[in-house]
Parts: sequence; C-alpha cells; structure tokens
Amino acid sequence: MSPTASTASAGSRPVLSIDDLSLEFRTRSGTVRALDHVSLSVRRGEIVGLVGESGSGKSVLCHALLGLSDRAARITGGTMHFDGIDLLAATEYELQDLRGREIGMVFQNPRAALNPIRQIGLQLEDVLRRHGAIRSQDLRERAIASLREVAIADPQKRWHAYPFELSGGMCQRVMIALAMSASPRLLICDEPTTGLDVTTQAAVLNLIRERSRANQVATLLITHDLTLAADFCDRVVVMHAGHVVETAPTARLFSAPRHPYTGALIGATPAGRADIDALIPIAGGLPDLRRNDLPACRFIERCPRSVAACAGDLRHVSAVSSEDFACANPLPLP
Amino acid sequence: MRQSPAVAMSAALEPVTPASQTLLEVVGLSRRFALGRGRKASQLHAVDDISLRLRRGESVGLVGESGCGKSTLARLLARLIDPSEGSIVFEGRDIATLSARSFAVSGERARIQLVFQDATDSLDPRQTAREAIAEPLIRLRVPGDVEQRVQQLAQEVGLPPELLGRLPHQLSGGQRARVGIARALAPSPSLLILDEPTAALDVSVQAVVLQLLARLRRDRGLTYLFVSHDLNVVRLLCDRVLVMYLGRLVEEGPSQQLFDAPAHPYTRALVSAIPGRAGERIELTGEVRSPIDPDPNACRFHGRCPVGTDACGRSMPMLQVVTPGHRVACLLAQGSV
Repeated sequence: MSPTASTASAGSRPVLSIDDLSLEFRTRSGTVRALDHVSLSVRRGEIVGLVGESGSGKSVLCHALLGLSDRAARITGGTMHFDGIDLLAATEYELQDLRGREIGMVFQNPRAALNPIRQIGLQLEDVLRRHGAIRSQDLRERAIASLREVAIADPQKRWHAYPFELSGGMCQRVMIALAMSASPRLLICDEPTTGLDVTTQAAVLNLIRERSRANQVATLLITHDLTLAADFCDRVVVMHAGHVVETAPTARLFSAPRHPYTGALIGATPAGRADIDALIPIAGGLPDLRRNDLPACRFIERCPRSVAACAGDLRHVSAVSSEDFACANPLPLP
Repeated sequence: MRQSPAVAMSAALEPVTPASQTLLEVVGLSRRFALGRGRKASQLHAVDDISLRLRRGESVGLVGESGCGKSTLARLLARLIDPSEGSIVFEGRDIATLSARSFAVSGERARIQLVFQDATDSLDPRQTAREAIAEPLIRLRVPGDVEQRVQQLAQEVGLPPELLGRLPHQLSGGQRARVGIARALAPSPSLLILDEPTAALDVSVQAVVLQLLARLRRDRGLTYLFVSHDLNVVRLLCDRVLVMYLGRLVEEGPSQQLFDAPAHPYTRALVSAIPGRAGERIELTGEVRSPIDPDPNACRFHGRCPVGTDACGRSMPMLQVVTPGHRVACLLAQGSV
C-alpha cells in the first residue's frame, strides 16, 4: 500500500461518497439497469481510478454525480454526497454553482470541450469570472498564471491562441487549467488521455497528479486502461455491468486481485506479458442490462470460478472500506 | 536515374537479405504537401526520404507520435496516395510509378490490403457483413464462388455465419473488427497494413483480436506492417519496430532490442513513457519543430531532445548501423558506439 493511500484514508471524511446508488434508463426496448447498488468514495488528496469495459457504467456514474444524466435516466435508490451536500436533493441552480467551482471536470477530447472560436485566455477568464471571486482587473493575470501552472510555455502569448492552434496535448493542458482554475475540491477526469500520444499521455497524467497533490484535491480518474490506473492511482475501483465488483489500493489490486473479473482484466492486458499467447481473453460479453432475469452476480455467465453459492444473494461492495470485493468464490490470496 | 541511390542504400541496409525474401523495398520515399499555390509555396514534409525493407512473413511495427507521418507512410505503401519521390518495389515490381487511381485496378491491389482503425467508421453502414466481405472479391474479380469464399473467410476470422446478414450497427466492436479483417483478407494479400486495428476495442476484446491476427499471420504466412501508438501491443505482435519522428525514420531494430536498449533519445523517451513500465519517465519539453519547410541541415528532434548539442542543429543525422539489424539516426548515439 502506498503511503499516500494510507494517509489519505486514515480517518478523513470522504469528499465524495456514493452509497448504494441505482440508476436505470427507461427506453422503448425496456428498462436498462445501468447502475446497481454502486458505492464509492474519494478522499482528500486521493486519486481513485474507475476502470471497466465500455458499457460497465463508468461514464453513467460520472454524469449522474455531476447532475448531467440523460433525461431517460432515473435514480431508483441510494445517495450521493459531496462534502456533506446531498447531490440528489440539490437544485439545478445549486449544481451549476458546484460544477466548475467545487467540482472540476476534464473530459475526453479537449477539442470538443473547448469553444473553438474563443481565445483560450478568454475562456479561462470566463470560468474565473463565474467562479473565482476575482476583481476583473486581475482576471488576465490569473488566467496567465493558470496557464503557467499547467506548464504551457510562453503563457502571455498563448493566452491569445485559439484551440485549433494548439496540439491535442496542449488543449488538454488548457482543459486542466480550466478545471483547476477555481480550486475545486473534487476533480473528475473522464478518459483524459484517450487519443493522445504515449509521451503526451504521461505528461498530462503527471500534471493531473501533481496538481491534485499540490491542492489536496480528491480525484476520480475514469479510464478503460488498467495499466494507466496502475501507474497513476492510489486506489482502484473496478466496475462490471453496472456493479462495483472490487476496490483496493492499487498495489494490492494488481498483485492479488480477489474478484475473478479483476483477475481476468489483468490477464487480458498486454503490459508485462512475455508473448502474445500469454494474453488471456475474457470469455463472452457484458449481459444485456434490459433483461428481467439479471443474475445477482452479473459476471456469473463469464466467470470460470462460478459455484452454486454464486446464484444466491450478492453482498455489494461498500464505500466505507478501502478494500472490498463482491464475490462468493474469490480468487485465493497468493 | 533512380538506380544509383537505390544501390547505395541497399549496401547500407543490414543485414543483407536475399532478394527472394524481400517482400517490399522502399528507397528514398518522400511525400510533401504543398501549402498554397505556385513554385514558392511552402511544403509540408509529411514523409521525408524514408528507406526500409519488409521481409516475407515478418511483422513490423511502425510507431511515433501523432503527426509524425506514420499514417501518411502507411497510405503511401498501400498506394492510396502518390509519393512525391522515391520507389516502392513490391514483389519485384516498382509500384511507386503507378498512379493511385490505376493502382486501384491493378493486380497488386489485391496483394496489399489495409485494416483500418475503427471498423465502425470504415464499414459502410448500409452494407451487411456478407456484402462487406464479398465486395473486394467481386471488385477485384477473384475467381471462385463468392458465397463459399465469404463463408470460409468468416470461419477463418471466427465470425459466426449467422451474423453475416447483419449490418455494422447490429454487431459488437469485436465482431466489426473481424469483418474488417475478413474483408482485407478476401483477395488473399501478402502484405497487410494494419492502422491501429485494436485502438477502439476494450481490453477483453483486444486480446482476442490480437491473437487472431497472430494466428492468421502464422497460417497464411502474411507480412504485417502494424501502425500503432500502443507500444505494449507492438512489443507483443511485432518482430521488428520502426520509429518515426517528424517524417523521418529515426530508429529501427528488433523489438526486444529496441525496447530494452533504445538508441535514439526520442525512442528512449517513448519507451520510458509506456504505461506499466518501471523506471524514470523522460519528459520531453520544448517546442516540436514544424514539418513545414524544415531545415534540411538540422536534426528534427533538435530543441526537444534532452541530450542534444549545438552540432545537432547543424547537420541532419543519417541512419547508421548500431548492431546488425539495428539502425539509428542520431549523432550522439553514433558517437558513443
């Protein structure tokens, strides 16, 4: 266990805590049970990775906690708290105030998230004006300082740049500057480096980690790349088909996964494999979440370790402990 | 006219490969895009004086950051676009002289095929899997019963025959990838150019597709050029790796050697940034040089290179042999050897 993880989890109240959250989408072809009894917490200064295949519910969860869910979404149970504020009870106006100020967001594809016809300096000033409580004559100076903080060379000049004049990595730095400009207490990064080069990816993630540590921000990093989570997170939460199946400090999760799905994900990851035959694909796909007869354990049909007990009730992963898994027949400890 | 530099280049290529084993030999290949009109127009050097050789049956990775020209090089070799200069000798015939339009109907079209990044975008949304796989067979007039060939191909790539009637949106990501691969294999190519074939796939599906690609190569004796930015995947799938930087080939060598002992400072930074790799990350700072009218007498990596000296700004390094089969274009790496 890394020292940061243990100090972060020692007693401090989580900045974000999601408890037993269930969410479904009403669609014409049936009800999609997208999240089922999901619990998760992120503490001050902690970087938590949220991993899983596409369709596992990572982004649905992220949108739900920002209050940005699709209109077809309905929360059927559970609670979400940010720093003591009940997010489910908050009005749209209160949420607008939280987003950007208290909760920073970095999305995939910064080019789509930035305004293409506005200089990046002005975009930063917009956020600072809305959330920063700064005198207008200081706006420009602060915007330039934020650009400097994300290691953009020559920030005075770059203030005038439009997004199309910057590379993908530079745009993502601007996004991080925007997300960090109002000193948020929670930072949500949804696949922040997908589509970036490996060298840029490392630089962007280093920057996120460095800024999070410096400001003691609670960070939720959503990624499908297990290797990235291993490199940059203190703790990892694994999702499968709308369930949280396991959570553990990063080192423990990778050295001794307990849920068979975690083990399977690690086995299918190319990093660290000796040759291509050492890769172990995961059988089958995610179950159709519209089914009325979804089993208690949604991994049961793909699981090589399923036993009779798996068909019974499933205990869900709790948000309280930093190490937990939801499996009746877990992988043995080495 | 083109003969003499070709001979000179061949002498520099190591190790010497008998002509019969060479599938593709590229000499002095460049592609420039004119920005604006007239003779004074600026030129964007997307691919700049690249020479390489692919042996029959080998799998070669092509890596580099976005904008380095790896996709342009792949498209040049697949003859989707025309080169500005240089020769591409494929199975003993120079295909660089053919225009891309006439190449599309030549016999070689069947022999070089592409697998695209995201099958969602590269497949016609109104075409069933069956039609997508049959199209190249019909277009290139491949002899034999089309339906029978389609069935065989589907089986070869592990696509259940009952899915052949489906449209792309009715298939999963992994199934679409299989359709893309079957379509490329249909005219029995000898060279398959794969442009990030698993980038859009989940890790669980990626493992299956990578193993499928490895098996197909063994079974059919195919040659792969695997364009990717995922170095963990390249390491598993490729025997040899080519590293590009701003239009130039800066290093080439056997995978193992390149990942364990990269000789070029750019390759070192690239390898150090691979996720899941132990050790210090080398962060690249400084400005990326512009590929528009680049200085012909300066290393393209100069200014961003963590170890570069003033000399690097005065002369362009050429590829030199480090050990047999391993070549690098760096003044410093060569000086230290």
